[in-house]
Amino acid sequence: MKFTGTDSYVATPDLMVAVNASVTLGRPLLVKGEPGTGKTILAEEIARALGRPLIRWHIKSTTKAQHGLYEYDAVARLRDSQLGDARVHDIQNYIVRGKLWDAFVSDQRPVLLIDEIDKADIEFPNDLLHELDRMEFFVYETRQTVVAQQRPIVVITSNNEKELPDAFLRRCFFHYIRFPDAPTMARIVAVHYPTLRAELLREALTVFYELREVQGLKKRPSTSELLDWIRLLEADGVPPDALRRGGERGMPVLYGALLKSEQDVLLTEMALSQARNRGRG
Amino acid sequence: MFVAFFLDLRRAGLPVSLTEYLTLLEALKQRVCDPSIENFYFLSRAALVKDERHIDKFDRVFGHAFRGLAAVEDPYAEIPEEWLRKLAEKFLSPEEMARVQALGGFDALMQRLRDLLQEQKERHQGGNRFIGTAGTSPFGAYGYNPEGIRIGQDQSRHRKAVKVWDRREFRNLDDDVEVGVRNIQVALRRLRKFARQGAASELDLPGTISATARNAGYLDLQLVPERHNTVKVLLLLDIGGSMDDHVRACAELFTACRSEFKHLESFYFHNCIYESLWRDNTRRFKDRTPTLDVLRTYPTDYKLIFVGDAAMSPYELIQRGGSVEHWNEEPGAVWLQRVLSVYPHAVWLNPLQESVWLHYDSIQMVHKLVGGRMFPLTLAGLDAAIRELNH
Repeated sequence: MKFTGTDSYVATPDLMVAVNASVTLGRPLLVKGEPGTGKTILAEEIARALGRPLIRWHIKSTTKAQHGLYEYDAVARLRDSQLGDARVHDIQNYIVRGKLWDAFVSDQRPVLLIDEIDKADIEFPNDLLHELDRMEFFVYETRQTVVAQQRPIVVITSNNEKELPDAFLRRCFFHYIRFPDAPTMARIVAVHYPTLRAELLREALTVFYELREVQGLKKRPSTSELLDWIRLLEADGVPPDALRRGGERGMPVLYGALLKSEQDVLLTEMALSQARNRGRG
Repeated sequence: MFVAFFLDLRRAGLPVSLTEYLTLLEALKQRVCDPSIENFYFLSRAALVKDERHIDKFDRVFGHAFRGLAAVEDPYAEIPEEWLRKLAEKFLSPEEMARVQALGGFDALMQRLRDLLQEQKERHQGGNRFIGTAGTSPFGAYGYNPEGIRIGQDQSRHRKAVKVWDRREFRNLDDDVEVGVRNIQVALRRLRKFARQGAASELDLPGTISATARNAGYLDLQLVPERHNTVKVLLLLDIGGSMDDHVRACAELFTACRSEFKHLESFYFHNCIYESLWRDNTRRFKDRTPTLDVLRTYPTDYKLIFVGDAAMSPYELIQRGGSVEHWNEEPGAVWLQRVLSVYPHAVWLNPLQESVWLHYDSIQMVHKLVGGRMFPLTLAGLDAAIRELNH
């Protein structure tokens, strides 16, 4: 069982090694990288490539580690007790399973995605240390220990908003997804648009990497924006030489798909016109 | 098996632990990937490095341990491109420049420069900080350019293809380089500590419901203390003069701060604090606030952050009338001490590289005045500064 990328996901060799190490050893894989480099998609693709069910756990600022294990729905129990429901006598009825529990009792070894772990409270990763290490936890209300049937493949993504504790990091494999270079990017685009003309792709990538070079952009265009843009170009039937010439005010054709803020558009306009003047002079 | 490599990593300051080393050995034993030096590099990186800021250091140690390459002792002994261009102007005559251009543009120019620098090294054995001749400024003055051209490493390209770890693509994620807005935000979050203070006075609604439910329906009131953001910051920014180079870095720091704190007051000064400060740099001469008013307005629990290069004439600190802009009745040092005595939690962030601090008398003096609490404006420096403020 080796992960080698899929027909819709291009994996670099270092990524493959990191994924396979984490799958084989049953340790979590921590993935970081610029927004839009496919951190979340990676988990989906691993699940698809290895034919495993995917369990997603999206972390928000209010998420607690406990939510991933189970919750005791005391309010429902209160309501039931007021209504005289017979279920109230069995506390088991009010234990709601979390994602981690689901992953632990899944028949097939699942892929568990813990998405954007850095969004949560600073203590969150520490609270999951034991659970991810031993792959078991204890339910106090029912005096029961939940043990993983098989260690799930855990993929954790982070955007660096908070530093993660060392003890947590020591237990993970780590991979930093770098922004793809032009050849890798060409392969990525080819995976999504196999029928795209090579000439158009080449021109589009030139324009794209030129834009990414503009200093001081608030949000540099990423892979997902490039893919959207190429879809637009294809839909509009823009010829490659029109791309080379550029659109109005020297901006790339349909630049709205790449640049998302007014400031960035102005900045790019200035930078591009400067570059052209230099080219002429 | 790789104990020496492991120890090298630790010596280079990477926080690798025994657990991680054992994980690596286990992964090798389980034959996670096909045996090749490249895969081994990827595997050991995934197992041992947990922070992209450390990947560059790791690459260097790896290159040293497995290729027998000379370790780069000073990571910043690389020459920024801008500096090289200046050097080109200095060393090459116009004819030579034209000839080099004719030869094949910048790459060829680089080669010529490399030769020139080779001679240069012989003349300047002692210092790797000062590379130029004829009294050029300290190396750090131009700052570290992450896109810098590595002269030494470039040469190895002629011998063989550059390996992945030799490309050192993660160099600009190293935490000793200067910071951008995002990095600052990450660092400043440390400062944002929420604390519940005072007596329990607020009804905790979810807590009450939960406790009542657990109590099988008998009301059980729960109270919590009110929530305050206890962090208040007074930010004093140096603007103008020698700081113009760093205004951008400061502006970034400033924008980052804005969204991080509820109580943030910022003022500008020029070189050193005197009897007045200003809030808006475009109206600096019209709209000034007396420093004493600032000290009276903001209580002593404010945390004080100076941002400035402290590079000035020593007279500005020690002499009446030493200011470059106006006649000051009291020397800068007196004002600085006065401000520091009001705010016990204070740090000075300096955008200049730490290595050049020694070359300025005024930096040494300010360093002493702030009680050694001067930190470079790098991610590591910010971390240290914020730890200091949290004391």
